[in-house]
Amino acid sequence: MSIQTQGNTLTFASIDGDAGLKAALAMSRADIIDTVADSGMKGRGGAGFPTGMKWNFAGSEKGDKKYVICNADEGEPGTFKDRVILTEFADLVFAGMTIAGRAIGASEGIVYLRGEYTYLRSPLNAVIKKRRADGLLGKDVCGVKGFDFDIIVALGAGAYICGEETALIESLEGFRGEPRNRPPFPVVAGYRYAPTVVNNVETLASAACIFAKGVDWFKSFGTDRSTGFKLFSISGDCARPGVYEFPFGITVADLLKEVGGEAAKAVQIGGASGHCVPASEFGRRIAFEDLSTGGSIIVLGPGRDMLAVARNFMEFFVEESCGQCTPCRVGNAKLLEGVEMLQRGECSMKYLQELLGLCETMQLASKCGLGQSSPNAFVSIVKHFKDEIMGRTLVH
Amino acid sequence: MLVTQQEQLRADVTALVDKLGPGRSSLIPILQDVKRRHHGIDTDAMQIVADLLDIHPVEVYSVATFYAFLNPAAQGEFVVRLCRTVSCELAGKDAIARQLETELGIAFGETSEDGRFTLEWANCMGMCDQGPALLVNDRVYTRVTPETVREIAAECRAAYSGHAAERKEGYLV
Repeated sequence: MSIQTQGNTLTFASIDGDAGLKAALAMSRADIIDTVADSGMKGRGGAGFPTGMKWNFAGSEKGDKKYVICNADEGEPGTFKDRVILTEFADLVFAGMTIAGRAIGASEGIVYLRGEYTYLRSPLNAVIKKRRADGLLGKDVCGVKGFDFDIIVALGAGAYICGEETALIESLEGFRGEPRNRPPFPVVAGYRYAPTVVNNVETLASAACIFAKGVDWFKSFGTDRSTGFKLFSISGDCARPGVYEFPFGITVADLLKEVGGEAAKAVQIGGASGHCVPASEFGRRIAFEDLSTGGSIIVLGPGRDMLAVARNFMEFFVEESCGQCTPCRVGNAKLLEGVEMLQRGECSMKYLQELLGLCETMQLASKCGLGQSSPNAFVSIVKHFKDEIMGRTLVH
Repeated sequence: MLVTQQEQLRADVTALVDKLGPGRSSLIPILQDVKRRHHGIDTDAMQIVADLLDIHPVEVYSVATFYAFLNPAAQGEFVVRLCRTVSCELAGKDAIARQLETELGIAFGETSEDGRFTLEWANCMGMCDQGPALLVNDRVYTRVTPETVREIAAECRAAYSGHAAERKEGYLV
C-alpha cells in the first residue's frame, strides 16, 4: 500500500525517538512534565489542549493504576496523517507513550486503533514485540529500576464518535461509544475510572521529538501560542495531495501554493467539524489562535457546489451522531433536511435564520465535541456562500 | 442455528474468554471475532457471549448494533465498503458506487443471494489523498476506477471459490 508523503520531508524521519526516551528517563517525573509544559505543545488531535497541563493533572492524581491511551481513532474526514505516522514512525509514538507513562506514573499503554486501520494492527504489534526484546518496553524499561511499561493495541469497530476521549474509553471498556459527562475528566477518572491520559498519535510522537532535540528546538517552529510543527493531511482539488509538514502560522494561501491548489474557491479546515474558509480569507493563518485544525485540509476547487459539500458533511454527522443527546441527534437531522430544502430552492430566509439559531443551540447544548462542532461547516458555508446557495431552481 | 454450530460457537467464544478474560472489556474483541468468522452475530451468538461474560443479552445487542463493523445482520463473505466522505466524493465516488452496484448485482445495504458480497458505505477511511477508496473486509483499495471495480470483484470471486483457509488469506494484509 502506498504511503504518500510528497512535497516536503517530515521532521519525524530525522528524529531518534529512543534517544528522546532515554533523555526523559534520566529526568525526574516532575521535570518531564515541566519540559512538555515549557514546550507549549498543544494536542495535535484538533482540540488543542496543552499537553503538559494534561500530563500534570494525571501525574498529580493519587492511584497506583494509571493509563496512557494513544488515540489512533483518526476518523475526521480528510485526516490521514496518523495513518502515515503509525506506518512509518511507530517507534516515535511508542517512545512518546512510554515517556507519558513515566511522567504520570502509568504502567500500561493502550493504542486505540480505528477499525478501518485493522491492517496496521500486526505491523504495530511487531514493532511492540521488537521494543520488548530491546528492553524499551516491559519490566525496568531502559534499565530504569521500578519503571515497568507495556503497550497493547485495541481495535475500534467503525464509530467516528470513539475519537472523543470519553467515548473511546467507554468503547475500550466494552460499552457503546457514548461520551461521558465531564467532570470528572479522564485525567481524574478515565479508563476503568483510573487517571488516564488520552493523547493523539501525533502529540505522542512530537513529545518524543521534544526530548530528543530539546524545548528550544521545538519552540523555534511555529508561533508564540502554537509552538512546533504540524502534519497536515491535504486532499481534494489540488495537484499534489498527501501528508505535509508545516510550522504553525502558515497562511492558507502559502499552503495552497505548496500543494498546487491556488485556484481553490474555498478550503475546508479541520474536517467535517471544521470551518469552510472562502478565497477572500486565504490570508488567514493556520494556528490555534486563528484557524485551528487537527490537520485536515480539504481543497474545494472552482465550480464545486458548496451545498453538495454541506450535504455530504451533514449526512456524515446524521450517521455518526451517537444519539445520546437531543441537540446533536435531532439537530443534525434537521440541518440535513434544511440543506435538502436549500437544494430544492424551498428554504425561506426566515427558516434559514431558524436553522442558524438551531446551530447555536447545538453548539451550546450538545454533550460532546461532535454535536458542538457539527454545525460549523453549515454555518460557515451559509455565511460565505449565501448567494450561491439561496434561490436554487431544481435541476432534473 | 444447528446444535452442532451452536456448540462450535460456544467452544470458540469460550476459548476467547479464556484468552481475553471474562471482563466487560473483552466484549468488543469477542464480537469482532464472531463477526469475522461467522459474518454476522445472531441472537444465539449474543446469548452465548452474554452467558460467558455474565451480562444481559440486551447489553450485547446494544453494543453490537452501535458499531458499524459489528453489524449483527448476516453479511457476505466480502464486505465492500466504499468511502462516501467529501474527499472521495470530490474524487468521483459516485461513478464507483454505480459500477459496484452493477458488477456485484446488489444495491448499497444489500447482501448478494449467494452470500458472497455485501455492499456498504464507509465514513472516511483515511485514504483521502488517494480516493476514491474502498475497503474489502480489512483490505484497502485506493484510486479505484470503474475498471478496477471489476478486477476487485473478480479477485474476491476467485478467492471465494477456494478453501476456507485460503479465503482468509486472500484478504488479510
